[in-house]
Amino acid sequence: MSFLEENERNAVRERLREMKYPVKLVHFTQELNLEYGREARMLLEDLAEISPKLSVEIHNFLLEKENAAECGVDKVPATLICNGKDYGIRYYGLPAGYEFAALLDAILSVSGADSELSLETRRKLTQIIQPVHLEVFVTPT
Amino acid sequence: MALESDLVTSDAIEATEFADLAEAYRVFAVPKTVINGTAFVEGALPESLFVDRVLKALGIEAEPGTSSQ
Repeated sequence: MSFLEENERNAVRERLREMKYPVKLVHFTQELNLEYGREARMLLEDLAEISPKLSVEIHNFLLEKENAAECGVDKVPATLICNGKDYGIRYYGLPAGYEFAALLDAILSVSGADSELSLETRRKLTQIIQPVHLEVFVTPT
Repeated sequence: MALESDLVTSDAIEATEFADLAEAYRVFAVPKTVINGTAFVEGALPESLFVDRVLKALGIEAEPGTSSQ
């Protein structure tokens, strides 16, 4: 069973063609207790089917508490966007609507290991000497 | 920013699915960014302004002549 419609799949396929290196989506879920847990999982599995460079790994949040803690995951559904290296980029919730586009952007950025930030911004970021945790609250609309 | 700096981690959080957390941070409009649980950026800012706000929250002063204001 698929979450994305055929035309959506085609659009996503086109977009993900820009992927440079493989990306792994590490997904923690607790399906039965989550309002959109099933949808989130289906969406990610669809994505992994669409692009050969994209894979998804499903973890049970309840049964893998240690693993989740190591990944800094304290709530679900949680999706880590990694390319062999974990950059500390997470999506919490179902990436629907505008957030789906944001997820694809994040996948492409991680795939190319390129933030596309300006040189000025990159230079400023080198001034950071302590951990920074950014939590960006979003909605799908 | 998380891609550029190993010290930066970045979460996108769907506010309606995590309503308790959104309420704790008093999120009434999106996007809202919480920096280390204590500082806040409301709305979407241009990249240069946003990074300045993050540095400011960390107590790092913008260097003279590099302020994007």
